[in-house]
Amino acid sequence: MDQMLSLFNTYTAQFPTIWMAIKIVLLPILPLIIAVAFYTLAERWVIGWMQVRRGPVYIGMGILQPFADTFKLLFKELLIPSKSNLFLFRLAPMLALIPAFSAWAVVPAGEGLVHSDVNAGLLYLLAMTSMGVYGIILAGWASNSKYAFLGAMRAAAQVISYEIAMGFALVGVLIAAGSLNLSEIVRAQSGNLGIGEWFMWPLLPLFVIYLISGVAETNRAPFDVAEGESEIVAGFHVEYSGSAFAIFFLAEYANMILVSFLVPLFFMGGWLSPCPESWGWIGKGGPHWLALKVGIIAFSFLWFRATFPRYRYDQIMRLGWKVFIPITIVWVMVTGVLVYTGALVPNA
Amino acid sequence: MTFEALLFYFFAAVMVAASLAVVTLRNPVHCALSLVLTFFTCACLWLLLRAEFLAIALVLVYVGAVMVLFLFVVMMLDIKTLPGREGFTSYLPAGLVVATVMLAELIGLMGARKLMQGGPVRDAATEQGLSNTEWLGRALFSDYILPFEIAAVILTVAIVAAVALTLRRRPNVRTQDPAQQAATRKQDRLRLVDLPHHDGSKQA
Repeated sequence: MDQMLSLFNTYTAQFPTIWMAIKIVLLPILPLIIAVAFYTLAERWVIGWMQVRRGPVYIGMGILQPFADTFKLLFKELLIPSKSNLFLFRLAPMLALIPAFSAWAVVPAGEGLVHSDVNAGLLYLLAMTSMGVYGIILAGWASNSKYAFLGAMRAAAQVISYEIAMGFALVGVLIAAGSLNLSEIVRAQSGNLGIGEWFMWPLLPLFVIYLISGVAETNRAPFDVAEGESEIVAGFHVEYSGSAFAIFFLAEYANMILVSFLVPLFFMGGWLSPCPESWGWIGKGGPHWLALKVGIIAFSFLWFRATFPRYRYDQIMRLGWKVFIPITIVWVMVTGVLVYTGALVPNA
Repeated sequence: MTFEALLFYFFAAVMVAASLAVVTLRNPVHCALSLVLTFFTCACLWLLLRAEFLAIALVLVYVGAVMVLFLFVVMMLDIKTLPGREGFTSYLPAGLVVATVMLAELIGLMGARKLMQGGPVRDAATEQGLSNTEWLGRALFSDYILPFEIAAVILTVAIVAAVALTLRRRPNVRTQDPAQQAATRKQDRLRLVDLPHHDGSKQA
């Protein structure tokens, strides 16, 4: 056994890139795809429950429904619209998926449980999430369809608008934590008070704005004018079928799960326990606490969709530019004053 | 050749090819996308230099926002293909002159630094044991706070000027007040009226 282990160690030392690739596939990507599959199932069950109907119940009592859907999509024919730009039409789903997956490199699941513990993790996340919009606008343009193009234009304008509010909200987190490293940001929220130390209290407006901007950034209801099925059929991916559509779907849900991870990490103490440390085992942090918090945020995504009517396009723009951005700027200043007066102590 | 050098040549080759594609491709959307690729590869090169803040800022600002707006405009204009390359030969000498001057300036700058320091350029961040981002942040907000704020004010003035120049107030335009819309109650819009039946009796 020891021999095998040492052999394994020398092997991984010789081919670090290959070992890294295996780790990347095993750790974030595979569980992420499975999580997306069950998240779609959860969505249908939760919304069914909220609308007093049953949701999927037939294939394996509903549990195997996502796999049935996946295989159906994979075996469907890929239709390519005439006069579409073939190269970009095929490239667009990949451009949507790659940033959605690569952002996970810096997301910690617990103390030390992170692929790449980079110092500028927060900036990296902002950069990666801002690139996801290329897949959407290219899909809309390359499809050579008016509906798809309208959806792409709406998505581009919306994502850029809400990125600013999101960025400002994260500036507040950065000031409060004194670090751009995601693990450091979580550690800055630890302390004797337990839940009282989380950034969601001193940064409450930024927390709310980040959560809402996260919903808008992922083009989810009630901000889903980019898809707007009653106006523009299905928006940017109306011409996509089969596996290409499945990739867009995967990217959108991976982004939702990403935002569900980021909100707890930035504002709700990440993997820290909500109870004070003196309470014994219940006060100890761990990935299970993060999972619980992620579950709450992910559930609220579905809840929003079942509850709110879709925003009108001009109201989305007004909310982003005239409401969120001024509030975030003011609260960044407030956070600065809090840190300056010593009411909030960053750990660096 | 080390792995890093190999990566450098790869990124450099992609960057040169992509920037050539920007000026030679005929479809403007393809040109804009090539420019995106150029920026992204440039960010990769900067990462190799351990200038992670600049690299990420380039991706965040130029790839994530500026080029998206650029593509937005190019797509809205709906130019299917650019008209040929008639201007190419006439612009070529001017372009070559600009490129030569820039190359000379760059070589002069690098040579001057090398002469002054007599060795490889020192990295202020690693000397202080800080990460590149942290060092930049500290330097910008302590030693260079005045130039930084002046730059910020100039940018704000530019934004205000751009809005002021393009904003045209047209009279008699109906606008909506969202606060008023949201405050509307049922009785403001709806009135229930009792209408008499066709035989004159009140409805049941």
